Amino acid sequence: MTFRPADWFLLAPELFLTAAGLLLLGLATVFGKAKEEFLAYLAVLLTAVTAAILAFVAAAPARHAGPILGGMFVVDNFALFFQFTILLSLLLAILASMRFVGSAPYAGGEYYALLLFTGVGMLFMVAGNNLISIYVALETMALASYVLAGYFKGERKSTEAAMKYFILGAFSSGVLLYGLSLVYGVAGQLGLPELAKLLEGADRTNLIVLGILLLLAGLLFKIAAVPFHFWTPDVYEGAPTPVTAFFSVGPKLAAYAVLARVFYVAFPRFHADWGLIVAVVSAATMIWGNVAALLQSNVKRMLAYSSIAHAGYALLGVLGFRTSFGLWGILVYLLAYTFMNFGAFALVIFLETKGYAAETVADFSGLAQRNMTAAIVMLVFLLSLAGLPPTAGFIGKYYLFTAALKAGYPWLVVIGLLMSAVSLFYYFRIAAAMFFSDAAGAKFRHSDALTAVVVICAAGTLIVGLAPEKVLAVLRACVPGAY
Amino acid sequence: MLSNIPILSLVAYVPLLGALAIIFLVPRENAATIKAVATAAVALDFLLSLPLWFSFDRGAAGYQFVERASWIPSLGVEYHFGIDGISLVLILLTTLMGVIAVTCSYTAIAERQKEYYVLLLLLQTFMIGTFCCLDFFLFYVFWEVMLVPMYFLIGVWGGERRLYAAIKFFLYTLAGSVLMLLGIIALYFLNTSGFLGYKGAGHAATFSIEKLTAVAAALPAGLQVWLFFAFFLGFAIKVPMFPFHTWLPDAHTEAPTAGSVILAAVLLKMGTYGFVRFSLPMFPQAVQTPWVLRLMVVLAIVGIVYGAMVTLVQKDMKRLIAYSSVSHLGFVMLGIFALNMAGIQGSVLQMVNHGVSTGALFLLVGIVYERRHTRMIAEYGGLARQMPLYATYFLVMALSSMGLPILNGFIGEFTILQGAFARSFWWAFFAATGIVLGAAYLLWLYQRVFFGELSNPANQKLLDLTWREQLTLVPLVILAFWIGLYPKPIFDVLRAPSEKIVAAVGGPTATAPAMAGQISAGAGTGP
Repeated sequence: MTFRPADWFLLAPELFLTAAGLLLLGLATVFGKAKEEFLAYLAVLLTAVTAAILAFVAAAPARHAGPILGGMFVVDNFALFFQFTILLSLLLAILASMRFVGSAPYAGGEYYALLLFTGVGMLFMVAGNNLISIYVALETMALASYVLAGYFKGERKSTEAAMKYFILGAFSSGVLLYGLSLVYGVAGQLGLPELAKLLEGADRTNLIVLGILLLLAGLLFKIAAVPFHFWTPDVYEGAPTPVTAFFSVGPKLAAYAVLARVFYVAFPRFHADWGLIVAVVSAATMIWGNVAALLQSNVKRMLAYSSIAHAGYALLGVLGFRTSFGLWGILVYLLAYTFMNFGAFALVIFLETKGYAAETVADFSGLAQRNMTAAIVMLVFLLSLAGLPPTAGFIGKYYLFTAALKAGYPWLVVIGLLMSAVSLFYYFRIAAAMFFSDAAGAKFRHSDALTAVVVICAAGTLIVGLAPEKVLAVLRACVPGAY
Repeated sequence: MLSNIPILSLVAYVPLLGALAIIFLVPRENAATIKAVATAAVALDFLLSLPLWFSFDRGAAGYQFVERASWIPSLGVEYHFGIDGISLVLILLTTLMGVIAVTCSYTAIAERQKEYYVLLLLLQTFMIGTFCCLDFFLFYVFWEVMLVPMYFLIGVWGGERRLYAAIKFFLYTLAGSVLMLLGIIALYFLNTSGFLGYKGAGHAATFSIEKLTAVAAALPAGLQVWLFFAFFLGFAIKVPMFPFHTWLPDAHTEAPTAGSVILAAVLLKMGTYGFVRFSLPMFPQAVQTPWVLRLMVVLAIVGIVYGAMVTLVQKDMKRLIAYSSVSHLGFVMLGIFALNMAGIQGSVLQMVNHGVSTGALFLLVGIVYERRHTRMIAEYGGLARQMPLYATYFLVMALSSMGLPILNGFIGEFTILQGAFARSFWWAFFAATGIVLGAAYLLWLYQRVFFGELSNPANQKLLDLTWREQLTLVPLVILAFWIGLYPKPIFDVLRAPSEKIVAAVGGPTATAPAMAGQISAGAGTGP
């Protein structure tokens, strides 16, 4: 193993974010509840600085010299895309939490520190080039997120969410680790490029296939694909809403990056084994997620099932990894998903901070009369989630369906398209409540950090939908193989 | 003259500008200004669309007023507008109906007026855009986004079962169009690198309708049939063809008057337009495959006869007219699948006719509904005495809808029957029974509503038409007589594109419809 001085520079964003988290943790014990808002803004600032450092790293020629820290991590364009998007989701999560956490009786400083720590784990995860470094990063992220899920410790649902998340998360990590050990047992290697080289001409043995499938199962747990999705609705419903918003985006981004990278780089040789499984899982996820979402009256549960369905769509891109649209499509779709899903959750938070429960669809009744702008923005997010043009969701789905058709799965495309139509039904129940029912409360205006979240998400959703060319070109350069 | 002005974009986006003006400049309380801006926008739009008619080159078979700009180059998507004669008449119909839809809403819509006019104007932009597109990606975007304003128009300002009708409308049409998207993606690959073992043509990535049509038309028959059905669902649900028609009566009945008018006059035409402009030239071998052709014709004829029979038993006036649309659009479909000049020209003309007649009938029902708040036929009777002007307009439009000579419906139906007859006596025979049933349900409706005693006391104080209501009806009456007496200008516009389509599907282009060259409709000699 060789450590070059430049390696530390390339890891500067992760290291800085770690230090930032520790700093916040220290300040939180000194200041306590009183200066919570200051800590939140500090967290925003530190995250923004991390993004700036990341931009420096992106421009550095040193990162083209190959993997760093003895092959543990790689700072390629693919990793950079995910790191930027993760930092964006982190920023949105902090902004969305301010009023929500501020009005809760629990100390807030640690909350922001924990958010940053999940961020550290995710930044490492997406840059992981070795199964063991990926696993350690994943656990870093997971541990911090278990605590976040139970942050409202006085509330039964929040505690229950944390418990479920922890037990199932630990179980899935175990499955992942078991698969990893089998792969190591057969190959004697854990670095992704090394594995690929080793397996290229290797015989197909049951043991390696089992190892790969267990790895796959562990990762499918993390992205909440059917049948590994059972934790999602409970956790999403119970966790504090800003945390739910963050969970539905950040960790999923990281898990997708790992899934795509591991199976794209290390195991293309066994595509025949995992391809069909991923196809079936994708179909089951799209169908189950959408059908179950139809039956929900609780908005957070509905969005949880809808995010399961979206995981199913994104798997289409993994299947099409050999086509020019596959991984590109995942990137486009996940970017779109970040904007639209976070945006939709931000409006749920918006209503909650306004004293409306925002738990059932009926709580959205008459939003159009109370605040027309909020209703229209929510409509944009709903249209995008349903995959209708001219929004980001349509462009993203277009790529994924194109990739799957090209990769030879027309039946999956038909399922995906029909399920998109089904999804419209439940998304538009909210639209119908907002616009067709009469107001249940007084008119209100709103402006604080949450507004910034909504504006960023809406702008992203519309820009990717209407003028995607620049974004597409950048993402094209982020597909592995293109660097 | 028009070559330097992006006239199509202007026509398409003037309503959008009007909508933006209302959103940002006019306060909600100022209803009169909102109406004025909306009216100005659609009126200006109509005036802007007129030069298209006058400077359109009737002889040219290609697309005219073409505008082209790059939009998403990495996918090969372009902003590509251009029209032929078929789009031209439908765009003019849309801009005219836009004016009527706005003016007929002044008093009918009392709440949330700002949102209402904004949505109406947005819908107008999306519909015109759809007719202008020469790029499939762009077409799909307009096609889908059109559903959103219509959903809200039905859902907010509709009748009692508006929620159900709105979501049913949205889901049905969306389910159809997503499969069309699959067809579009498949064509995209067949033009470039191929997929699933089908070899692609190896061209540069594009969604250009012209280029993809050329690629599609060269495909083997088996693949064409698959692709035909992918597009078929999108278009057939929109038409709607039997058995995909069940969303229509609900949507029509629950929509506010302007919504029904736009729905009948323009939105339904999207489906038939799709068949004529896309399905036929793209998949000539599929549509000439005997079982496919037979299936289409059978569905069209079932639509005509079944639609008419269901219409007979309706008790609600709006529902009655809605079901009559199923029958009338069956005629249009039959004409399209006659695959000859008379059939296709007749079909496009009948699209316009249906827009005029059915649009007017919905307007008329809306007028009494606004006064009495019921649409049940049994509630009326003897209105001819109380509202003579209204009865006259209603009679003219009912006669036009049932296809009486010297009115527009006759020309369309006759030409379609002529086209169908050229293919098979039985096609024309069954379709003709639809005309008989059509006369039955419309005359019976007329008898029950306008004749007899004015027995219901609620009807005894009904006021006759106001000048504004007459103003919305007069253009349609003029159009009905104009097409009925002198359809040649429209046939002239339709000839070149129809010849192109008929040539593509291998039909005889020489047999122009008997009506086309003659001045009076009554002198038609038939085949």
